[in-house]
Amino acid sequence: MKITFEVNNQEKTVEVAPMRRLLDVLRYDLALTGTKEGCGEGECGACSVLVNGQLVNACLVPVCQVQGAKVMTVEGIATNEQLHPVQSCFIEDGGAQCGICTPGMIVAAVDFLEKHKGTPTREEIREALAGNLCRCTGYQKIIDAVENAARQIVSKRSSV
Amino acid sequence: MPVGERIGRIDGRDKVTGASRYVDDLPFQGLYGRTIRSTLPHGRVKSIEFDKDFDWSGIVRVDYRDIPGKNIVALIEDDQPCLVQEEFKHAEEAILLLACEDKERLDAACRAVKVIEEPLPIVLDPEEAVRQGWILKTLEITRGDLQAGFAKADFIVEGTYRVGHQEQLYIETQGVIATPHADGGITVEGSLQCPYYVHRALTSLFVLPDDKVQVIQAVTGGGFGGKEDYPSMISAHAALLAKKAGRPVKMIYERGEDIRATTKRHPAIVKHKWGVSKNGDILAADMSFVIDGGAYVTLSPVVLSRGLIHGLGPYRHEAAWMHGQIAGTHTPPNGAFRGFGAPQSLFAAERHLDKVAKVIGKDPVALRQYLTLREGDVTVTGQQLNESVGALPVLAASVPKYNAKKAAVDAFNQEAEKKRSPVRRGVGFSFFFHGNGFTGNGEAKIQGKVDAEVLPDGKVVLYTASTDIGQGTLTIFRQIAAETLGVSVSQVEVAAQDTNIAPNSGPTVASRTCMVVGKVVEDVSKALIEELGSFLASKGAGPESKGKLSYQSGAFLFSEERVTLAEAARHYAEAHGKNLKVRRQYQTPPGLSWDDATYRGDAYPVYSWATDVVEVEVDLDTAETRIVSCYTAHDIGRPIHPVLAAGQIEGGTLQGLGYAFMEEVVWKNGRVYNDRLTNYIIPTSLDAPEIEVEMVDVPYSGGPFGAKGVGEIPMDGPAPAVAQAIDYAAKVEANELPITPERLLAMMERR
Repeated sequence: MKITFEVNNQEKTVEVAPMRRLLDVLRYDLALTGTKEGCGEGECGACSVLVNGQLVNACLVPVCQVQGAKVMTVEGIATNEQLHPVQSCFIEDGGAQCGICTPGMIVAAVDFLEKHKGTPTREEIREALAGNLCRCTGYQKIIDAVENAARQIVSKRSSV
Repeated sequence: MPVGERIGRIDGRDKVTGASRYVDDLPFQGLYGRTIRSTLPHGRVKSIEFDKDFDWSGIVRVDYRDIPGKNIVALIEDDQPCLVQEEFKHAEEAILLLACEDKERLDAACRAVKVIEEPLPIVLDPEEAVRQGWILKTLEITRGDLQAGFAKADFIVEGTYRVGHQEQLYIETQGVIATPHADGGITVEGSLQCPYYVHRALTSLFVLPDDKVQVIQAVTGGGFGGKEDYPSMISAHAALLAKKAGRPVKMIYERGEDIRATTKRHPAIVKHKWGVSKNGDILAADMSFVIDGGAYVTLSPVVLSRGLIHGLGPYRHEAAWMHGQIAGTHTPPNGAFRGFGAPQSLFAAERHLDKVAKVIGKDPVALRQYLTLREGDVTVTGQQLNESVGALPVLAASVPKYNAKKAAVDAFNQEAEKKRSPVRRGVGFSFFFHGNGFTGNGEAKIQGKVDAEVLPDGKVVLYTASTDIGQGTLTIFRQIAAETLGVSVSQVEVAAQDTNIAPNSGPTVASRTCMVVGKVVEDVSKALIEELGSFLASKGAGPESKGKLSYQSGAFLFSEERVTLAEAARHYAEAHGKNLKVRRQYQTPPGLSWDDATYRGDAYPVYSWATDVVEVEVDLDTAETRIVSCYTAHDIGRPIHPVLAAGQIEGGTLQGLGYAFMEEVVWKNGRVYNDRLTNYIIPTSLDAPEIEVEMVDVPYSGGPFGAKGVGEIPMDGPAPAVAQAIDYAAKVEANELPITPERLLAMMERR
């Protein structure tokens, strides 16, 4: 089946089985391997992507459901080599260790901050990222990074 | 000053943009491999039936007959087969391997195979196994006169403590790609901690010379010990398929297979019988430590050893008899997991100390302060602690925190009682230490090596097999070399963890990478300076000026002249026709000795020290526990990178908290029943408390710039602290892990 959708602002058409997982289409048909598989059943969030601005686990989405949709993966978060504040704060604050949960975590955090628009509490950040498992960090430095990114975004917005 | 600076990790940008290539992300053209496994815990393969109606063309099959060498996975004892020949000793043992270019056809092929298994008698319970005499290894440690100690004791305190399996649950499952070469050689690239372990397993399995086997570590999505020994198995399987197919084969485990088939933390049964004085002095300590090794020896002897050595905690005692056994059971072999035996035995030691405190009527924290090992004291192996003993500093930092939390908890509980709320809080304190590096003569035997090359542009390249599995090896090694050489971190590179170019630095385990291999990085960096210095002196102003030659901030100074590292490197390369490349290997620090036969001496060059203060909330109606807060003080020497080091402590602490009250492997007839992330529960960001880390630096002269080990120690302390806190809140004696609601309910009913 031919499926056309937008990935990171570029139109793509793939000829695949309709029930093929969006995760596999991204990783193996479109070579966007930033999106990871950790469990294959929507528990770990390593495959978090945005579909029409909605945070989903790409392992649970059959590709036929994204016909005509806008998909955003971790590869689309930085613009022209310019890291998103969430990404640079992850580096500075130690939010990434082994890095396998990081892409999903970044997508979820960026989505959260875009919708929140303010400076969330640590508890709110914890809630927002509860669908993304990390085994390395104890989450402490991930929360630090998202908190700092929120501050940077807000101060940048107010200075514009 | 690169050391001590919070620079962004070197691989950070690739990790946050999704550019890092883990094994399943590497460009690949070839076949996919799958494993057909035993389903019974013990039995014989009677026959393997291949569905005649299935089209087997294009499917590669491998069984034990395809192994050119010995059918074993070379590790400590060569008792574990790579593929089942006839008898198998645990469920999920690999019997047959299949590969195919098409994943869906491969799935169908797996369904078209039927293995007929004939059951044999089983033993799944480690205590029952010991009674039946299936003991894979025993180990004893003795110190002083045990009977005399018991004779003069005021109290005899006995207790039994049990801990279960724990799954490493790295988020990236096990995976490798094997590529065969026309000359008979093989390359394996994958998710692994120890390239040279895999290298040894493959040279032995295929009877190949060292230079025909190449092992490369891909970016690795977590290990925690789980990728110490098992990668040898999956690499062997992929390599067998690749050899037979004559094409590359990729094997990536699905999560359920990974949980069911690969190693876990050893369950343990610990029995303590201590003779104590009314002040709490430990006059005699008798400890029995039984760990469940599973069906094969694998790494268990080393786990047993570390567990025993840490088995009395960081406390003074006069006499001890410690007796350890590895029980064989018909379950998949247990293996390395952060802490490596110490979390099990330290849980029991801390719980037992709480019991002693209760018996003698002393505050448990005050008893710890009284009994702590101090500089000059002697451990159970007879090791005198002469340097970098952070016990008193970590205690001093954390006791006020404990007292404050205790006051808050008491106030909360008074209020809760008034309101007739079922919720109670509790506070727990644990004190623990962890030996850094391999036990005894281990480091001297391994002789971890690092090479350094200086390029004509002044770039320094380190060659090491120490892997970065998230903990930051690639970053801290650059910092250590940059600091030693007086150059910026960007001037130092680390070459790939590839056995073709990197020497054997030893495995990435045992809290040894920073302290032990990091020291070799410092030494090899110094060696570059020495070699270049003598080269400059020899070609320069003659021997009399040699003494005046000095090195400062990335440049040689002699007489009036200043020669930068880059200039010196270029002169050297021009004069020799090649770059300067030097090797250094581990040197045992002076004054250490160890006797493997008697298990006496310096078990580790040095220890890290820590305390945890954990506050919990227990709902007495539902028996659910929530971690309210967690504070931890750590002496890991001088941290090379404060952010990465704190990250190790926070991450290890949360794994320890999970071990304490959430994570349980459920078994059914020798197979893991909860083999999914849906039912093997690890802490989420909502389960995790804010973790406050306080570093109490007590530098160690034998580590690079004063650093010690940090990887494992944070895992050792949370469980006993949580147990003590739950005791406090629910008035139980939580002597078994994990303290799930079900288990806690049973404890409250027994109360």
